[in-house]
Amino acid sequence: MRSGRYLPLVATLLLGAAVVPAHATTIQITIDNLVFAPAEVSAKVGDTIEWTNKDVFAHTATARNGDFDVATPPKQTVTSVLTKVGSVEYYCRYHPNMKAVLTIAP
Amino acid sequence: MFIRLSAAIAALSLLGSAALAQGAKPTDPQIAHIAYTAGVIDINAAKQAIAKASSKDVKAFAQDMVRDHEAVNKQALDLVKKLKVTPEDNDTSKTLSKQATEKLAELDKLKGAEYDKAYLANEVAYHKTVNSALETQLIPSASNAELKSLLQTGLKIFQGHQQHAEQVAAKLK
Repeated sequence: MRSGRYLPLVATLLLGAAVVPAHATTIQITIDNLVFAPAEVSAKVGDTIEWTNKDVFAHTATARNGDFDVATPPKQTVTSVLTKVGSVEYYCRYHPNMKAVLTIAP
Repeated sequence: MFIRLSAAIAALSLLGSAALAQGAKPTDPQIAHIAYTAGVIDINAAKQAIAKASSKDVKAFAQDMVRDHEAVNKQALDLVKKLKVTPEDNDTSKTLSKQATEKLAELDKLKGAEYDKAYLANEVAYHKTVNSALETQLIPSASNAELKSLLQTGLKIFQGHQQHAEQVAAKLK
């Protein structure tokens, strides 16, 4: 009963949050000595990931669910834009012992 | 399966006995030689696979092996140059090379899917052997910090290769 009074307010807040575009940011993930750092990253759809591979080895950042597959050549920085929501475990196709998680919110 | 296991066990015990035969742990110049030789062996096996393999995935895997092992060996050469160390041939390197030559000849007789399977099985077994040698002998014996660190990077790379080989092999079936 009492909560009913707040429903419109809650609805406005929720809708508002959905309508206002989230500020897209750039997030850096480094590959150094066969390690993705940070190992766990939270981001939003539309954010850009700047992948810097400091190794002399070619790596990839490959989503286990197929959402993305980024080639990260040795000693280079590449960028990719996140397009899908989800908690995605990703790994390097060449060295599957390299693993990390990217949590992508709407 | 039996051949693969027995080859791995034979290689391991030979690695062990070769090091024991020298009566002491390997020196840095010997370790550098063993690590470099191990890399060359896998590059040669990969070059054979690039020429012989029938599966696209197996060829791609072999190309990954050439690229990574050449990168590791380049770092090893740069490091020994910097440290003014001359890699020293030794019984372990000799045993590894001899076995590798035999294995290449054995694989050369195979064709098609049979070759692909045998190459990958050998890659899994070989990386296991090298990783075990790195973990139990080479890394603990290395006295130079930079050499130790390069071997540790090598171990991570090769553990990745072992898993990668297992995955490609599983996909073939």
